[in-house]
Amino acid sequence: MRHIVSLLVENEAGALSRISGLFSARGYNIESLTVATTEDPTLSRMTIITTGSDRIIEQINKQLNKLVDVVKLQDFTEGNFIEREMMFVKVRAVGDDQRAEIKRLSDIFRARIIDVTDTTFCIELTGSGEKLEAYIRAMHEKNVIEVVRSGSMGILRGERALTI
Amino acid sequence: MELSGSEIIIQFLKDEGVEHLFGYPGGAVLHIYDALHKQNDIKHILVRHEQGATHAADGYARATGKPGVCLVTSGPGATNAITGIATAFMDSVPLIVITGQVPSHAIGSDAFQEVDAVGISRPCVKHNFLVKDLNKLAETLKKAFYIATTGRPGPVVVDIPKDITAPHIKIPYEYPKQVKIRSYNPNLKGHPRQIKRAVELLLSAKRPMIYSGGGVIMDGASQELRDFVHHLGYPITQTLMGLGAFPGTDPQFIGLLGMHGTYESNMAMHDCDVLIAIGARFDDRITGVPSKFCPYAQIIHIDIDPASISKTITADIPIVGGAKQVLTEMLKILVNSDQPMDKTATEDWWNKIKSWQKQNSFAYDKKEGVIQPQTVIEELYKVTGGEAYITSDVGQHQMFAAQFYHFDEPRRWINSGGLGTMGFGLPAAMGVKIAFPDKDVACVTGEGSIQMCMQELSTCLQYDVAVKIINLNNRYLGMVRQWQEFFYEKRYSHVYMDALPDFVKLSEAYGHVGIKVEDPNDLHDAMKEAFELKDRTVFLDIITDQEANVYPMISAGKAHNEMELSPLQQKIQASLKTSGEIA
Repeated sequence: MRHIVSLLVENEAGALSRISGLFSARGYNIESLTVATTEDPTLSRMTIITTGSDRIIEQINKQLNKLVDVVKLQDFTEGNFIEREMMFVKVRAVGDDQRAEIKRLSDIFRARIIDVTDTTFCIELTGSGEKLEAYIRAMHEKNVIEVVRSGSMGILRGERALTI
Repeated sequence: MELSGSEIIIQFLKDEGVEHLFGYPGGAVLHIYDALHKQNDIKHILVRHEQGATHAADGYARATGKPGVCLVTSGPGATNAITGIATAFMDSVPLIVITGQVPSHAIGSDAFQEVDAVGISRPCVKHNFLVKDLNKLAETLKKAFYIATTGRPGPVVVDIPKDITAPHIKIPYEYPKQVKIRSYNPNLKGHPRQIKRAVELLLSAKRPMIYSGGGVIMDGASQELRDFVHHLGYPITQTLMGLGAFPGTDPQFIGLLGMHGTYESNMAMHDCDVLIAIGARFDDRITGVPSKFCPYAQIIHIDIDPASISKTITADIPIVGGAKQVLTEMLKILVNSDQPMDKTATEDWWNKIKSWQKQNSFAYDKKEGVIQPQTVIEELYKVTGGEAYITSDVGQHQMFAAQFYHFDEPRRWINSGGLGTMGFGLPAAMGVKIAFPDKDVACVTGEGSIQMCMQELSTCLQYDVAVKIINLNNRYLGMVRQWQEFFYEKRYSHVYMDALPDFVKLSEAYGHVGIKVEDPNDLHDAMKEAFELKDRTVFLDIITDQEANVYPMISAGKAHNEMELSPLQQKIQASLKTSGEIA
């Protein structure tokens, strides 16, 4: 099953390699991993999307917790949370018809065109992984020049929060 | 007090109570060695290879319960130490390894003797540090000791660039008495409700089994374990790492467990209805195939490391906590409990175990004219009165030592159980002897293992470390040969040790005493002589039966009740079955 695990880790050199190293050393899957500092400069927030049986997921959570650099960890999967991913897509956009079509399609997906040339559009889109994939499918493969995805981020709904 | 980085390291180690430092100098640690030269409180042991330093510090730590400390240089110094660090990691031994590093400005430039020590050691340490700021040096060292020695212990590497230790840069130093790490708070106290549930389950057991491991020794909980087991009156088995926590000669101890454990221990594991695991981690050498492990048992698992619980075997009652505290709590509840025990059932259970004990599963053929490896360990046990510190290398001799030396005290049996590191025995024995100069220390080894760290014989001479080396010399890499005999139709692929050195001459060349024993009749006297030479390192080169095997054995894919017995043991079993003494 797919799990979304959110972590607060010490903002120190090597913390990321400890975490990614743990996944490779123990043969766990990483679908995506995002990391950046928080409002507290000593802490980084990390979101990991992983898959595995219940036993594996339990081990992943325990092994992550065991790392000295991991301050706090929460597996969001059981709870109520929001998940978003951001994507840039560069597409070939030549001729009025095609450019209008891409514009219309992007409006449907609430995507924004953020850069324009005579032959290309660069589009920004935020949403769940499925939504991003649906957009790429709708865009037709042959038109897509480049895709950049951020990996998912997650946050709990309501009052609950992952803080120290 | 204004000190340089090097002086801070030495002063800190003194303040931390470190008495022995195992190390090897080199370019990146020259400043530290200079500071070391100016003092007499910390005794430095110059090993012959950095692997020896880590194993010696490891043996020292296992025997004393105090952290072992190493100092090695950058690059090859650090990489040579890795095997020893990984060994300590697998067996949860508190070790501090200070590695020198090239100067900060040179890091990443492929400088001479540069290696990413933090990166290379990362998968086999509990934690590691690169010191980037002299002002954080003392605090970092304190953190290293704190992390290494608390919770589930383990090795910690502190990588220190050369410029941090420069003699001319001095800063105020104060010993950091305490350190707080917000992300590291090991939990020692078990959950009271879980403990209560566990006690209730234990008291309701009809076929109970206690299975204890190295965690009990590491947590200094041997006395608590003894009180607990004696109060319950239940049978106990111990893992390879746990031997000695509960006395090996106590009638409640039914022997080693697992791949080469006793018949009665393994049969009892298979048939028990309640199993309590204390400071043990359900290693694959214990469980065999997890799906066939303890099929009828409800399992209580006490471990300080939450990640060890339900990793391979699901626990019905998990208790995260230190063995000492949890056992103390359990015993308190047990003593005050009015819940009745099923005495009839547990008596039947003991009777069954006693019938299994008749199997005498360590019985072996005492062939005429050839020394059996088992006899050597029995002789060692007799001559040392069962009170020696025994280190071992890895292989058949390790199993024979575990089977035939009955450890009554914790911290006496020192071997590389998790990583299985050949070459561990001699340097580990050195570390133990340095900690306890007045005790008998023997390294049980084989002609394969001993050659992996034999250079430390030189260290033994330099520091008058008088250990006894019991070399079970069968001219084969015995355990590999055994597997090739069983599973590869005796295709002995590259396990014959041809062109062995003359170990007697070799020991003499190193300045020690060498004795070769070939005749079984000479064994006792030679062993006695070795231990009577109190202040000498003695190398007993004992020529043993070439094709002796370790039995019983649980092969891959088999359950605990599907042990393979030796031909002699099978005969015993057949006659017991005929007489109806065993089902």
